[in-house]
Amino acid sequence: MSALIKSSIARKVVMALSGLFLVLFLLLHLSINLSSVISPETFNQWSHFMGYNPLVQYLMQPILIAGVVVHFVMGIVLELQNNRARAVKYAQFKGSANASWVSRNMIITGLVVLAFLGLHFYDFWIHEMAYKYVEVNPQDPTRYYAETVEKFEPIWRTVIYVVSFALLSMHLWHGFASSFQSMGLNNKYTPNIKKFTKIYALIVPLGFVFIALYHHLNPLTH
Amino acid sequence: MNLQLKIWRQQNAGSKGKMVDYSISGVESDMSFLEMLDVLNESLINKGEEPIAFDHDCREGICGSCSLMINGEPHGPDRLITACQLHMRKFKDGDTIVIEPFRAKAFPVIKDLIIDRTAFDRIHQAGGYISVNTSGNTVDANAIPIDKHKADEAMDAATCIGCGACVAACKNASAMLFTSAKVAQFALLPQGRVEATERVQNMVRQMDLEGFGNCTNTGACEVECPKGISLENIARMNREYLMATSKG
Amino acid sequence: MNVLDSKIPTGPLAEKWTKHKNEIDLVNPANKRNINVIIVGTGLAGASSAATLAELGYNVKTFCYQDSPRRAHSIAAQGGINASKNYQGDGDSDYRLFYDTIKGGDYRSREANVYRLAEVSGNIIDQCVAQGVPFAREYGGLLDNRSFGGVLVSRTFYAKGQTGQQLLLGAYGAMNRQIQRGKIKSYTRHEMLDLVLIDGKARGIIARDLVSGEIERHAAHAVVLATGGYGNVFYLSTMAMGCNVTAAWRAHRRGAFFANPCFTQIHPTCIPVSGDHQSKLTLMSESLRNDGRIWVPKRLEDAQNIREGKLKPTELKEEDRDYFLERRYPAFGNLVPRDVASRAAKERCDAGFGVNKTGEAVYLDFASAIERYGKEKALTSGIKNSDKNTITRLGEEIVAAKYGNLFQMYEKIVDENPYKTPMMIYPAVHYTMGGLWVDYNLQTTIPGCYSAGEANFSDHGANRLGASALMQGLADGYFVLPYTIGDYLSDDIQTGPISTDSPEFEAVENGINERIDRLMSGSGKHPVDYYHKKLGKIMWNKCGMSRNAEDLKSAIAEITALRKDFWENVKIPGSKEGMNTELEKAGRVADFLELGELFAKDALQRNESCGGHFREEYQTPEGEALRDDENYKYVAAWEYKGEPKNAVLHKEELIYENIEVKTRSYK
Repeated sequence: MSALIKSSIARKVVMALSGLFLVLFLLLHLSINLSSVISPETFNQWSHFMGYNPLVQYLMQPILIAGVVVHFVMGIVLELQNNRARAVKYAQFKGSANASWVSRNMIITGLVVLAFLGLHFYDFWIHEMAYKYVEVNPQDPTRYYAETVEKFEPIWRTVIYVVSFALLSMHLWHGFASSFQSMGLNNKYTPNIKKFTKIYALIVPLGFVFIALYHHLNPLTH
Repeated sequence: MNLQLKIWRQQNAGSKGKMVDYSISGVESDMSFLEMLDVLNESLINKGEEPIAFDHDCREGICGSCSLMINGEPHGPDRLITACQLHMRKFKDGDTIVIEPFRAKAFPVIKDLIIDRTAFDRIHQAGGYISVNTSGNTVDANAIPIDKHKADEAMDAATCIGCGACVAACKNASAMLFTSAKVAQFALLPQGRVEATERVQNMVRQMDLEGFGNCTNTGACEVECPKGISLENIARMNREYLMATSKG
Repeated sequence: MNVLDSKIPTGPLAEKWTKHKNEIDLVNPANKRNINVIIVGTGLAGASSAATLAELGYNVKTFCYQDSPRRAHSIAAQGGINASKNYQGDGDSDYRLFYDTIKGGDYRSREANVYRLAEVSGNIIDQCVAQGVPFAREYGGLLDNRSFGGVLVSRTFYAKGQTGQQLLLGAYGAMNRQIQRGKIKSYTRHEMLDLVLIDGKARGIIARDLVSGEIERHAAHAVVLATGGYGNVFYLSTMAMGCNVTAAWRAHRRGAFFANPCFTQIHPTCIPVSGDHQSKLTLMSESLRNDGRIWVPKRLEDAQNIREGKLKPTELKEEDRDYFLERRYPAFGNLVPRDVASRAAKERCDAGFGVNKTGEAVYLDFASAIERYGKEKALTSGIKNSDKNTITRLGEEIVAAKYGNLFQMYEKIVDENPYKTPMMIYPAVHYTMGGLWVDYNLQTTIPGCYSAGEANFSDHGANRLGASALMQGLADGYFVLPYTIGDYLSDDIQTGPISTDSPEFEAVENGINERIDRLMSGSGKHPVDYYHKKLGKIMWNKCGMSRNAEDLKSAIAEITALRKDFWENVKIPGSKEGMNTELEKAGRVADFLELGELFAKDALQRNESCGGHFREEYQTPEGEALRDDENYKYVAAWEYKGEPKNAVLHKEELIYENIEVKTRSYK
């Protein structure tokens, strides 16, 4: 097993699988968030369910965190290895002649998204953990909507949100289809996978941006 | 035409190299790129300087000796050719051309533009063959019919000339396209299936040991490959590897 | 008694090889482990013999000047490999392949060797398919064949336009398997500079590590030279830049006879020279003559206008074109052997019908093939009453599938689209039939020194047929040499390891060091290439496609003078330590300067025209080659005596018992 994870191909597959898992999670996340625009009640119900259902909290949440950690730790390990593989750099390297910017800069888009995740965790997850397990507040199934919308009041956070999702879009633009190649799938369906990837990479981040802008422009009336 | 050249000079593997500027005149458009370097070298020798060392042999795009990074691209700006087939008509009077060796930790520089690509030989030695002895009484060549499409696909993979442009073009200096081309050629043929499991595992292990980078599917290798070897081979190798690993 | 003993087995032709294999001594597997063999050159012949000898159990060391065995120039062979499989059911047989090869070689090769070649040709295909060589196949899944010049059957197996590459990679793979097992030690970027003899037997080599510059001694019980041909004596050829005669020439100087040096193949279909800067010529596979038609304008003024760019070849009407091969040789047409096609093209160009700026090119036209294939494809695709554009498009698709990579190569070099305008081609030096004299066992006149592939002289006589070089290289390496060398090595099972500390090694190494010092101490007037180009010009103009006594004599004088100049005035920058590409070239050119003279001397003594050797004094009224079987039906094997001019000629009479010697006709 250790030999397996040491091989470059196995590591790529780990990147692909964790990436695809996060892609799926993103869809779930988006659908819940969208409900905040349509119906605050539904959003509260969903959020409360996710926050207190033991299956979600004690099984899915750790898996999700593990997925994120594996994806970025492995990404950084691979990036460091890749850097070492060309010790002396070229005086001139025309990467744009043969590969797209996004495919060559996954580490940049990835690190920005990671930094955003830090903020996101600070904003929501740490807050939740403190609320539930440190301060041990009683359950309140109606608090989520207001807490969320409040976050988008300052313009700086909304801007960070929008920029981060633009970079996430770039990350997905290459990463989603790429994960199929890494797992050995390159066949007659590949052109369709690539098309779907582009649609997904545009629609999903746009959805998040829309929500952020919507709440920023429609603040709570105090 | 007159050209400015910036060329990597390095005395030997142990010394530090640097880019050196040269200017050259009287270059004709129907010269090949290497013939342009011949002209430069002749003038250097006449001046008593050491000529620029570069690998070249067949000068018809098949031996895979050429290993020049020209203006930031392996084998230069043209597609589906090696540097020896690149002609000066692709450049214009007054151009500056930057010439470096293919760079990768696994391809150390020997002198000037000459690199050591024995890492490729070692990957091949790890399993890039079908283990049959020469006997003269193997089965008749037509005993096993092979689907023409499969045979053609195997041939397309087999056209790899082992030049290393894939490694040079890859931002990660990955050797996946080279390795996968050989794995795929044999994976597609019934003769090669027998050892498919060991082959892919051994070749990938050696590839990793050599210190090449990891594939991030940018596709640069496919674009720069002088023989147009497809990324599908990499997917096939990934698949073969996963199958081999699951078999244990 | 003649010093040349060809050791041809007795008995009927078809049984000689089997009988010989049954009778020669073998080395038992345990003893093979104590025997070392050096193989110089890792092309088809070298790589295949290295792999096979290692499989058998011998310890093998291989040497090549390239950075990898895979880059040997066998890799550039495009068209295919012959085998008498008779898969097409067109009446092929071992005998027919044997007959075609002897006839193609203009009756200047050994019957027994050629028959053996035909006999093992089928095994080669079996072996290569087992190795995973991806030969072209038909839709039914069986192997496809095509035709080559000089024959009336389809027996050529191919892998797109990269047959040599695929066969070499097969042999390289077999070699790699043995490297991995530790049975072969591969020395790359190493060049053999001399052969070491102990008690008259070849016992090792002196090699230079081209990276460190160190001179190394390597000992073995036998040495195999598979170092290819010497076409680069012409400077411009289709050979790789590094191809050289050094290993063979060094062996020649140590006592190996050099056979038929003047037998050189000038290949008809190469891309014409474009200017003085030209460093090498590119071949367009002979397979193109399956579908391409060769022509020049019928009228001189049309040729003149084409040369000046006033007229396009496509504008010239059918009746104004001279398809000179079809006109002169109706039976074989565009598929006459290479020597015949080359001379015919030269004849037209010399008469003023050449079609490029320099007047040294003829057309190779695919328009009628495109139309023919297009019509056929339209019919099989069920398109009725198709228009001209559709037919052209379909035809071009078929032609692209067959020759796409060659067309692409042409377009990159010449900057013209060969689908739309005919290709321009001209003959160029391509292969050397001459080489080290070997007996039936492939042993040279030095015991323990063997030669395989293009480096030996054995199978092609005065002209090689297309797709036969790959066949010979692999036949020698896979199926002949590994058996015959055992006969010699069976005497060495008690010898034990050969030491490199002997005075013999010492003396040869000292000689090499002195030679290098002499090269480095030239006065420094001209670079190596200056001499190489000059030599090439002399060879091409006076020892090229047609030769005469007067020119040959002056060539000898000129080469002698050039050689003297070279040793006095060559300029090599840098030092002998470390990598020095100019020093490498200088050593090779120094040997070409000796070989070139012997080449001319050999051409001068052969007062006849045969195959690639055309002496203007000996031709029929129609300009065809006039052979003299009465006086020249022999192999000319030269013994080294200090200077090329002092070389002594030994004749091996060729005996034809199974084939009637007659005038070669392709009309």
